[in-house]
Amino acid sequence: MSGIYNDPIGHWVVVVLAIALLLFVVLTATAYTVWFERVALGHIQRRPGPNRVGPYGLLQLAADGIKLAFKESFVPAKTEKLLYVVAPTIAVAAAFLSWAVIPIGLWYNVQYWIADINIGILLIFGLSSLNVYAIFLGGYASENKFSLLGGLRSAAQLISYELALGLALVPTFMIVGSLRLRDIVEYTVTWGPYHGPIPLILLTPIGFVVYIIAAVAETNRAPFDLPEAEQELIGGFLTEYSGLKFVMYYLAEYVNMITVAALAALLFFGGWYLWFVPPILAFLLKVVLFLFLYIWLRGTFPRLRYDMLMRLGWKVLLPLAIVNVVVTGVILVATQG
Amino acid sequence: MSDEDREVDGKPDQPTPLRGPDEGVPPHPEGKRPSVAADITALATGLKTTLGEFFSPAVTLEYPEDKSPRSERYRGRHYLRRYENGLERCIGCELCAAACPVGCILVIAAENTDENRVSPGERYAKTYEINMLRCIFCGYCEDACPVQAIVLGPEYELSDTSREKFIYTKEKLLEPLPPDVQARLDSKGPK
Repeated sequence: MSGIYNDPIGHWVVVVLAIALLLFVVLTATAYTVWFERVALGHIQRRPGPNRVGPYGLLQLAADGIKLAFKESFVPAKTEKLLYVVAPTIAVAAAFLSWAVIPIGLWYNVQYWIADINIGILLIFGLSSLNVYAIFLGGYASENKFSLLGGLRSAAQLISYELALGLALVPTFMIVGSLRLRDIVEYTVTWGPYHGPIPLILLTPIGFVVYIIAAVAETNRAPFDLPEAEQELIGGFLTEYSGLKFVMYYLAEYVNMITVAALAALLFFGGWYLWFVPPILAFLLKVVLFLFLYIWLRGTFPRLRYDMLMRLGWKVLLPLAIVNVVVTGVILVATQG
Repeated sequence: MSDEDREVDGKPDQPTPLRGPDEGVPPHPEGKRPSVAADITALATGLKTTLGEFFSPAVTLEYPEDKSPRSERYRGRHYLRRYENGLERCIGCELCAAACPVGCILVIAAENTDENRVSPGERYAKTYEINMLRCIFCGYCEDACPVQAIVLGPEYELSDTSREKFIYTKEKLLEPLPPDVQARLDSKGPK
């Protein structure tokens, strides 16, 4: 197996196969995230959720997908045509590209990921910032008051929370000394008799709290879903979108959700290490738990008012993250010299 | 709510006076000061509540398979009854049509003869039609009937594919009653 990597053509064959496989896996995972969300939200509201199409409603997403795919590809008359069409593709492309560097697991020395680059986490942040363009351009190009308001909210919100999100992870990088996701997961400590990888949440608990709040805001999910805010803005930037263009935004939202859940598992909960559980299963388990946290938050909290959102971001999360960085730095210098 | 109810501690309920930009936040009315710990506890309480609901059984019924029980006096579609010897109860008096607030019942009566005896009385309903699109299921026809000929049964799933099919004719109305309706009528005794 290792010989095929050294051959230039064989290497590309492996990479292309891996990309195709990952695309399939992420798409399927997205579909079942939507199913999981609908069922979990249903149970939070004491109802069963979708259970008609297929066993336990598992084929509901196939039915929805077929319905959306056969909808008319409609472009409203007064839109900026080019931007209107390009904006959703930015969203979906940025969302999927992140998965190029997310390590899924290491099993019997086989790497289950596409690229093991040394700035993986930076690349993911860069790509998640592109999502702002998708939402803002979509809102702007729709030539609709509600869409524009949604886009503006999104731009302000994402810029605000990106700072806290980035700073929340800095202590992790300071402790590990690497931006490569694999190094972060494999960070090893020797504590008395124990020698092995640890979940980094033990070392940066505040970083985790700030990260998870900022990440929910970053992915525009409830209770920070102001850009789409159905009650006030109809659908925000989504108002004028339908059919496959709507699907692209929808897909991007859920892929981003999974990305954020996967990052939380990798950065704070030891990725694919979990006692005796097989690596990929362990990773999947952690991601599903974080997805449940997302849905749980959505089912519990009402949406924040816009000024409260800004206050939380700038006056609470950002100072907390900065203090966290400083304190971690002081402790690191004190313990390691 | 009357004005008296709104009074708290003898003070009438007045709108909060508008606050100028330099006046600051007024003290918390109940003496409880907002704190970060209280806020986080409140959030945790919310999460606990929803998690509790998540693990509780669903309260909804899965309709086509499970149906909620109906009262034995439920007013659904109509039935015309027969006597035990097979004669129709309806005597064509049209009191049901007169009682009907929306006028959805059409009765055309005809004379009974010795060769063609349909009901024990003088007359019988040659035509008996109910327009189910108009019917409001008030049950006045059942109350008005002097011979207990018309009753409202338990069926409520009456959707159909054309307007014509909602004109229930005598043949359809004379279908045998569901046993529970029969039991209810029997328990009331003969009349």
